[in-house]
Amino acid sequence: MKQVNLDSKPNLDRRDFLTKSSVGLAGLAVAPGMILFDLAHGREPGEAASNLVRWGMLIDNNQCETGCDDCVTACSTENGFSGGTKATDSQWIRKVQLKDNLTGRVSSLPMMCQHCEEPPCVDVCPTQASFKRADGIVLVDKHICIGCRYCIMACPYQARSFVHEVITDQKTEVPRGKGTVESCTLCVHRVDKGETTACAEACTKAGHSAILFGDLNDPESAISKRIRAVATTQVRADLGLNTGVRYEGI
Amino acid sequence: MKMVTRLAAILFSVLIATTAYAADKPQTPHLDVGKGGQCVEEPQSMRKIHMNLLKHQRDETMHKGIRGQKHSLADCVECHASKTTNSVLGSSEAFCQGCHEYAAVKLDCFECHTSKRKVTAEASK
Repeated sequence: MKQVNLDSKPNLDRRDFLTKSSVGLAGLAVAPGMILFDLAHGREPGEAASNLVRWGMLIDNNQCETGCDDCVTACSTENGFSGGTKATDSQWIRKVQLKDNLTGRVSSLPMMCQHCEEPPCVDVCPTQASFKRADGIVLVDKHICIGCRYCIMACPYQARSFVHEVITDQKTEVPRGKGTVESCTLCVHRVDKGETTACAEACTKAGHSAILFGDLNDPESAISKRIRAVATTQVRADLGLNTGVRYEGI
Repeated sequence: MKMVTRLAAILFSVLIATTAYAADKPQTPHLDVGKGGQCVEEPQSMRKIHMNLLKHQRDETMHKGIRGQKHSLADCVECHASKTTNSVLGSSEAFCQGCHEYAAVKLDCFECHTSKRKVTAEASK
C-alpha cells in the first residue's frame, strides 16, 4: 500500500492496481511454498508443528499382499507392544481381508487410525485428551485421559485400543500406560525427526511399497501428486470426516 | 544434692549435643546419581521445581510436537539412571524413587514412561 501512496499518480487505474497487486501476491505465494518445503523435511528443534503441513498416507490396495503383515509387525516393534491379537491386546494397525462376492476378488489392506480432519474421537472426549495436532495427527494425551473409552465407541474405524494391564519396558519415545486409550500416532516421534512411519518403511523394505507417507498440503509431495493422478477413496467417505489416510484400488 | 545437680547438668549437655549432632546430619537419602554431571539447571532449584519444568515441557511436546528441549524426562533418565540397574527406580538409592520415598511424594511418571536409559545401538554391542 505504501508503494501506491508514493506513486506519482494518487489514484491508480484498475489495470495498474491489478498488475501491481498480482506481483505482490506472487511474492507471497512463493514464500509459503518455501516454508512448506522446509517443514516437509523435518522441523528446526524447538519449532512447533505447523498447520501448513498435513500428514497423511496413501495405501495402494493393489500392491498390498494378502498374508503379508510386515506393517503390523513393524508397528508393534516400533511402538513396543506385544503384537498379540487377544481382545485385551493393543492393536494400532491390523490387516483386514476384503472379498468382493460378485467377482470373488480377495484383497487385504491395513486399517489404522485414519487421522481425520474432523475426528469423532476428539468431538466426544470429555477431557480434551483426544486431540488433533496442528499438522493433522490425531493423538491421545495420556496425561489427561481418564480412560472412559468414549472415543473407542465413537471411532468408525475401530482404530483405538485400551490398555488393560500394567505395562513395563516401554520405548523411550512411546510412553504407554494402563488405564488410557491409545491408537496409531502416525509414528509422531519419527515424523518430528523428519522420518517416515514404521509401517511405510517396512512395506517398502518388503518390496511392496503399498504405503506412501507424506504431506497432503504440499502440492509437490509424492502423495499429493499421486492422489491428483489416480482415483483414491476414503473409507466411510459418507461420514465426511476427510481422513488423512486414503486407499487406492478398493 | 550437689551430685544430683551435677548429674542433671551432664545429662542435659549430652542431650543437647546429640540433638545438635542429629540436626547436623539429617537423614538425607543416599542417591545413586548415575552419570550425573552438570544438570540443566541449578541442583537446588531442580529439587524444588523439576516437576513444573517437566510439566511445561510435557505439554509443549505432546501438543505442539516440540522435541529435544532441555527439560525432558527422557534426559533426566539419561543422566540419572543407575549405572548398575540402568534405571531411576527399583531401590531406595535409585535417583527418582529414593528422593520421592524420602519426601513421601507419589511418583506417577513411570506408570507410562520408561524408567530405563535408552540403550543405544553402540552401547548394546
